[in-house]
Amino acid sequence: MTTTPLLEIRDLHTGFHTDEGLVRSVRGVSLTVARGETLALVGESGCGKSVTAHSVLKLIPMPPGQITSGQILWQGRDLVPLSIREMNRIRAREIAIVFQEPMTALNPVYSVGEQIAEVVRQHMGLGRRAAVDRAVEMLDMVGIPDARRRVGDYPHQFSGGMRQRVMIAMALACEPKLLIADEPTTALDVTIQAQILDMLQDMKERLGTAILLITHDMGVVAETAERAVVMYAGRVVEEGTVDRLFSAPAHPYTRGLIRSIPRLDGGQGRHKRLDTIAGSIPSQYANPPGCRFAPRCPLAQADCLAAQPPMTSPSADHHFACFHSVPEAIAP
Amino acid sequence: MAGPSHQTTLTVADEPRAPTSWQRFRKHRMAVVGTVVLGLLVALVLLGPLIWNVPIDKIDFRARLAMPSAAHPLGTDDLGQDLLARLLYGGRVSLAVGFAAMLVAVVIGTLVGAVAGMSRGPLDAFLMWLTDLFLALPTLPLLLLIIYLFRDALKGLVGPEVGVFVLIIAVVGGLRWMPVARLVRAQFLTIREREFVEAARALGASRLRQVVLHILPNALGPVIVAGTISVAEAIIAESTLSFLGLGFPPDTPTWGRILFDAKDFLSIAPHWALFPGLAIFLTVLSINFIGDGLRDALDPRKVR
Repeated sequence: MTTTPLLEIRDLHTGFHTDEGLVRSVRGVSLTVARGETLALVGESGCGKSVTAHSVLKLIPMPPGQITSGQILWQGRDLVPLSIREMNRIRAREIAIVFQEPMTALNPVYSVGEQIAEVVRQHMGLGRRAAVDRAVEMLDMVGIPDARRRVGDYPHQFSGGMRQRVMIAMALACEPKLLIADEPTTALDVTIQAQILDMLQDMKERLGTAILLITHDMGVVAETAERAVVMYAGRVVEEGTVDRLFSAPAHPYTRGLIRSIPRLDGGQGRHKRLDTIAGSIPSQYANPPGCRFAPRCPLAQADCLAAQPPMTSPSADHHFACFHSVPEAIAP
Repeated sequence: MAGPSHQTTLTVADEPRAPTSWQRFRKHRMAVVGTVVLGLLVALVLLGPLIWNVPIDKIDFRARLAMPSAAHPLGTDDLGQDLLARLLYGGRVSLAVGFAAMLVAVVIGTLVGAVAGMSRGPLDAFLMWLTDLFLALPTLPLLLLIIYLFRDALKGLVGPEVGVFVLIIAVVGGLRWMPVARLVRAQFLTIREREFVEAARALGASRLRQVVLHILPNALGPVIVAGTISVAEAIIAESTLSFLGLGFPPDTPTWGRILFDAKDFLSIAPHWALFPGLAIFLTVLSINFIGDGLRDALDPRKVR
């Protein structure tokens, strides 16, 4: 195995120019995805996780969006300066993406088979017949029953969960090395969620595709990912293996996220209310010098407001950005 | 959960196969009727003059304004010319003008609308300004001006008949693209933001591919309906021009021309106006039904 990671994001800054000024959605994110691994990118709405992922494929609307600095290294090659034409060769063939909303992500006027075949023909240069065969094979692989017959059906004849399977089949049809799954199960109900996550796991093992899973659901992280990156207000606050993050979270934000997962046994007592993180995320226009989480942090002290805490690493597979916290298990 | 549960918990939806576009079109009964009627009309004007070979300009004063009879199945006009022969011959011109002008209007309109809808910013503003300008222009004076300016030049270039034909198609089609452009632009503005376009972009579809493969097919429904309406408008517009003496020469009996010639004799020879009117009516009606059927055929969600 080579030492270059599949994807390495170095100090990425992405912003949007608006009438009120520059919205800095991503403020120096660094992360790596190794071949064949599942990395979860976690955070609440507006923390910049989707913008980070869309920056990788350069799907953010430019203008007003702009990658202001940083590098996105795909197998060592920087994607940031590439033209759209060059990106189109990377999209689908090397990196594919699945969106949150399966109900509207398929074109209503083509059958699902035509849509998958279209992508395959464009990127793999297969003939019409071979492309349709490939579509059937992919539909079968993602668990669409009776794929040979269903390949001619239109999107409106599929349910939400089935459409998401079709989307995943389309994304994986050209055997990309990385699949970015942008909240792939958020729009689905819980039982279907579990099925889709199972299926993703299954596909990953069969095809060896790495997955960058974007989610706000710590439960999904625990179930599917090997490593996780926790983002808050455009920055990475903690990164580590899922085992370590759940057994000994270090950053107060990660701890808050884990504490706010509903538990069947009721946690510390039957009638206790669910823990929440007080306050709300900071304005994306503001640029205070200190830690972005400080206003909501139970451990915040004067130095937190003065400077951004650097990444500290208690072990090789665990990094976090906080002056005062230490990794420890959360009391049950 | 044990094993690949996602494969076992799903049930096979036992619904019938989705019908193809052709099957959907066939289910639209009026569209099929329209196709047959229009097909008959086209066959008649193409083949009819070969079978009913009465000269269109044979003047017979003994049979002036004759009612339909065995010798003249549709009667005659005020010069005793056979109406059936004139209708069959003139229909070629009328239908050709109608379709060609519709094509011009739809192509220009789609092009302008698509470019405007895809390019937000100054180009969009300019194109819509242009569209509004054309909409605001009084059509008839403009038509007269254009024809006076260019008719002789074109006649000299490609011959009198082709010249007039090209000119009429250009002006009739060229002044009817605006509603299509606005429709297409509005469709593009909404469809370009739909997720499947974003998904196509994410899977490496170039801008042209997004437009041609994903946006345009979803925008076609209203365009087809607008197109069928403009066929009718073009046939009528041609007759207006002929009436003003600016279209085809008076000895070319287009449907509109015959209709206008007949209007002064409505009380004594109603058949003269009735038959060209019926021909225009049938053409327009069947085209509209075909348009309806096409729109449904192109929309897979439509199940009757």
